[in-house]
Amino acid sequence: MQSVTGVSIADETAGPHGQSPLAGDGAGTGRLGDRLFGGAAIGAGAIVVGLVTLIGVFLLSQAIPSLMKNEANFLTSTEWSVGGEHPRFGILRLLWVTVLSSLMALAIAVPIGIAVALFITNYAPKWLSKPAASTVDLLAAVPSIIFGLWGLRVLGPHTDGIQNFLRDNLGWFPLFKETTVGSSTTIFLAGIVLAIMILPIITALSREVFAQTPPTHKEGALALGATKWEMIRTAVLPFGKPGVISAAMLGLGRALGETVAVMILISSLAQGTAFSFSLFDGGETFASKIALGAGEFDTPQKTGAYIAAGLVLFILTFIVNAIARIVIERRKAFTE
Amino acid sequence: MTAITNDFPRDHSLAEPRDLDLGGKSGGRALKNSIATFVMWAAFAIAVIPLVWILVTVAVKGGHLILDSTWWTNSQQGVTARREGGGAVHAIQGTLIQGLVTALISVPIGVLTAVYLVEYGRGRFARTVSFMVDILTGVPSIVAGLFIYAVFVNAFGFQRSGIFVCFALTLLMIPVVVRSTEEMLKLVPNELREAAYALGVPKWKTIFSVVLPTAFSGIITGVLLGLARVMGETAPLLILGPYTKAIATDLFGGNMATLPTMINQDRDQAVTLPAYDRIWAAALTLILLILLLNLLGRLASRFSKV
Repeated sequence: MQSVTGVSIADETAGPHGQSPLAGDGAGTGRLGDRLFGGAAIGAGAIVVGLVTLIGVFLLSQAIPSLMKNEANFLTSTEWSVGGEHPRFGILRLLWVTVLSSLMALAIAVPIGIAVALFITNYAPKWLSKPAASTVDLLAAVPSIIFGLWGLRVLGPHTDGIQNFLRDNLGWFPLFKETTVGSSTTIFLAGIVLAIMILPIITALSREVFAQTPPTHKEGALALGATKWEMIRTAVLPFGKPGVISAAMLGLGRALGETVAVMILISSLAQGTAFSFSLFDGGETFASKIALGAGEFDTPQKTGAYIAAGLVLFILTFIVNAIARIVIERRKAFTE
Repeated sequence: MTAITNDFPRDHSLAEPRDLDLGGKSGGRALKNSIATFVMWAAFAIAVIPLVWILVTVAVKGGHLILDSTWWTNSQQGVTARREGGGAVHAIQGTLIQGLVTALISVPIGVLTAVYLVEYGRGRFARTVSFMVDILTGVPSIVAGLFIYAVFVNAFGFQRSGIFVCFALTLLMIPVVVRSTEEMLKLVPNELREAAYALGVPKWKTIFSVVLPTAFSGIITGVLLGLARVMGETAPLLILGPYTKAIATDLFGGNMATLPTMINQDRDQAVTLPAYDRIWAAALTLILLILLLNLLGRLASRFSKV
């Protein structure tokens, strides 16, 4: 099963007869051809490991000089002025906007994604289930800049109503507080568009695990008189839980690193604007800050500051993806 | 009442046996069940709305421009935001060239890594490689761009150019190729390998002339889908590939236009200007290109032998 979402549980799918493919170790004859080809394969694997390591090493080594010159606290400052003799920059605001927009996207996309995956695996009539799956997959093929463009020019104005409603009626709640941003281009809008963007990832992976629910579990539930919904709640969902968690994590990773759509969607704030917890504020995420700053990469010191931000983003996505991986690994150990 | 026989449906779309009426469910449970069914259908509808909305928007706003033949033959050289005309051939060319070079670099590495993982890899190093592929899948595209910038521009002092965009895109494409190839290789029946070994064929030849050809169309599908993904990437291009309105085909020097950067260039233009229409036309061109790759990918999987 291949999908445009680029995520899969490939590691879990065993070979055709339930075993992993033959190692054929004895067939490696030690002849020149075998040594060359085997070497090339190991080399390619080493390249992949090397690349990830290099990303970490290079980002770190180029961020350090700038971090040493930084006169503000990198982790707790909300300032961002990277040039000149006295650079002062910190990531607190970037971190907040990144995490807030991604979590909002997750809060919208996970329930819908699970429901769509259940629809495809359990509810859709047979003729519809395959086309439905490819349709949702197609959403992942839309380039992010087009999501941004569409969100800004088409969807944005339609969200004015709900944004104003929340601001006016729930303004006492810190997340919905009034801010200086007048238009619809807020973290709120970015959260909605990000949710649409990660929906196919969450759906694709959840669908794969739901489809693997042992038929005997489902039949057992139905035989005991469960309705279809009760069968899903007692057999399908518990079985798919680890898969759904790792799907959500992968979606979160994608949302944290999304660049162009967010860059287009959220208005930048003027230097020195007071920090606000509100969803209706503007600002930048790590990724959009780096993309917007690309024109400023003229001295190593400035570039280094952005690279430091990129490093934090890399670590953040590394952790999130590693959790996704560990959850699925543990499920594997559990089901075998 | 009919007895339950062995032809009780065992597929995933397990239907409730209709004629097995054991007195019915209580109202509340039936209601919950109906609500759940409704919610599932509604969720699917919600998921489809944005896709249709985006496709229709782009087609309606950009359709008239791409029907004009100049769109496919001219560049934007000398065309300002206030003037009509010009085409996207410079950007289409750039996107295709960069995509092709990216594929040329990442396919060998990706396929070989997958061969390693499926045919050779056992033990700790294989698990590390597999883990790193997952991490690479999750590396944000902007970080990939930033990394290539840090290495080649910052550390080695090169100028920004198209080839570095390809390097950054390679980082994003490798994991897609690895994962899809891996899945296809796992589907190749062991009997084929055993037959080859039994004939005394060395391992590398077995992989090269039995396993890989059997999985070929599946690998092609993966490559095309991976290509579709990287061609729509914008973030690394913002850092590494400055836009130009002219036709430029030199990967190793100078600016080079691509469809995403063409859209990005004019995205803030006012609705009344001709440039505004050109953004949507460029967006439509990009979507069509990516849909075409997806379609070809799916077509290739039809010819799959496994």
